[in-house]
Amino acid sequence: MTLLSLNRLTKSFGGLTAVNNVSFQVEGGSIVGLIGPNGAGKTTVFNLITGIYRPNQGEIIFNDGSIVGQPTHRIVSLGIARTFQTIRLFQNLSVLENVLSGCHCRMKSGSLAAMLRLPSQKKEERRAVERALGALTFVGLESQAEQLARNLSYGNQRLLEIARALATEPQLLILDEPAGGMNEQETGALITLIRRLRDRGITVLLIEHDMSLVMRVCERIVVLEYGAKIAEGEPAAIKADPKVIEAYLGTEENE
Amino acid sequence: MMDRTKYLYLAGTVVLAAAPAVLNTYWVDVLNNVGMYAILGLSLNLIVGHAGLFNLGHAAFYAIGAYTAAILNSHFHIPVLWLLPLSALTAGLFALMIARPIIHLRGDYLCIVTIGVGEIVRIALINNVFGITGGANGIFGIDRPQIFGWVIRRPQEFYYLIWLFLMVTVFLFQRLENSRFGRALNYLREDETAAEGSGIHTAHYKLMAFVIGAAWAGMVGNIFAAKMTIISPESFSFWESVLMFTLVILGGSGSIPGVLLGALLIIGLPELFRGFANARMAIFGVAMVAMMIFRTGGILPARPRTYRLPQPAAAVEAKP
Ligand SMILES: Nc1ncnc2c1ncn2[C@@H]1O[C@H](COP(=O)(O)OP(=O)(O)OP(=O)(O)O)[C@@H](O)[C@H]1O
Ligand SMILES: [Mg+2]
Repeated sequence: MTLLSLNRLTKSFGGLTAVNNVSFQVEGGSIVGLIGPNGAGKTTVFNLITGIYRPNQGEIIFNDGSIVGQPTHRIVSLGIARTFQTIRLFQNLSVLENVLSGCHCRMKSGSLAAMLRLPSQKKEERRAVERALGALTFVGLESQAEQLARNLSYGNQRLLEIARALATEPQLLILDEPAGGMNEQETGALITLIRRLRDRGITVLLIEHDMSLVMRVCERIVVLEYGAKIAEGEPAAIKADPKVIEAYLGTEENE
Repeated sequence: MMDRTKYLYLAGTVVLAAAPAVLNTYWVDVLNNVGMYAILGLSLNLIVGHAGLFNLGHAAFYAIGAYTAAILNSHFHIPVLWLLPLSALTAGLFALMIARPIIHLRGDYLCIVTIGVGEIVRIALINNVFGITGGANGIFGIDRPQIFGWVIRRPQEFYYLIWLFLMVTVFLFQRLENSRFGRALNYLREDETAAEGSGIHTAHYKLMAFVIGAAWAGMVGNIFAAKMTIISPESFSFWESVLMFTLVILGGSGSIPGVLLGALLIIGLPELFRGFANARMAIFGVAMVAMMIFRTGGILPARPRTYRLPQPAAAVEAKP
């Protein structure tokens, strides 16, 4: 079943066409990689999916409904969660509270319920803390729950972003360079984590420059260059594709 | 830890309840002002401290609450305290109306626009807008508040009304802070894009911070009108907004004890040094600059929320 489908998506900034007529599908339960040289338009595609930008043209269909023009928070509650290329945590709040932000969209109590501290509100708060701890345990950060986010190591901050996204109970998780700044050991653990996410029923779409990670974990790969899709297929085919090799010539040394 | 703050509040309550018995009328009136500014500060704290929205026009909401009470009381003789919810409503609705188009503005821009809003309201009041605000002279003859036929008249009586209101406010706002709502305000203050990307309707929460903050300021306006029995635009000048803003930042933005201390220092302390009234501005200025350099969180900065973690295993590990 197709979970997400991008149809002829175009986005330009002034004279620059950052995303040019891009179409691809993400099947439910799969792990899909989006790769391409620097400035190819990968992050822009993510920003289009999450509603941060509005496409000039094209359609984004999630679960059979168009999500173009929906505000970001609404798209999150529909079931798409993301992490950011440059870490965007709530640095001065605790690790637990960072994850609680993800629980927010699955909670209901408003300001009045909070002031009156209704039983339903108390119960909801308790359950949210449990769920947040569950997400932290999933990524292995449960012992750091009370730390401030800014005191975590770089690799752990990336994991915290994943936990926060996970707390929104997404169907589709999109990760923008999750291994950025991680060492080899952390990257290895990340690969296991991504597979565990998928085993939990979450579909994963990820951008990554670390080719060994992409080749090992992704079932399908979409390649962008200068905003346009130049290839799509299974890892082995992508590796052998002359167009992809050409696009990566000279930029591949960070493998 | 929770127990210690509880005892502190309890001890504070006993001292406060006894205060009018040992202080003269003048000092009771000073404490009345401290109490009112503390509530105003707490209401502004939601907007400035928690949501991180710089609002230097809070006196506008205070004014609207006061004028709502004054107009309806002097024209229709509705008891002032009955008008409390209405003062909250008009101030809240006004906030809803003006905040909607401006909340997307960032930091300094928002700050400038709120200064403008404060001035527009004040000038509209001076110009006797709709012919009901009494122009520069304001409105006279507002009734004293009554509770079950008991008329509140002396400062000592107002003292209990104001400080009870303050205590209720602290109680409710503390709960509000420690909730999904309070957290949402903090998320958007820390990083709006990340908050929205985590599923928080940031525009809604910014608006709600303004509405609740304004509604509370409107209620203080109501009590102010009843206490003075006469109100005029000059009570709601830019300077009032500056005082409220300063006491929040100085005391500790996002921190209830901080705001209470801020009100005591900014409103109460100058009374101790009447002789240096002229130096007041200079002292404020120096204190603010020092604060910005040495203690950006204020004198009593906000403390992180605490959560009861259900798993004993995690709790044991966290303790070194
Ligand atoms: N808000 C914006 N305004 C103007 N130009 C932008 C904006 N966002 C992205 N661009 C441009 O669009 C192009 C694609 O950027 P994008 O961030 O999507 O690339 P990317 O594939 O994620 O690159 P990287 O691998 O370096 O993260 C770049 O040339 C970038 O400068
Ligand atoms: Mg990018």
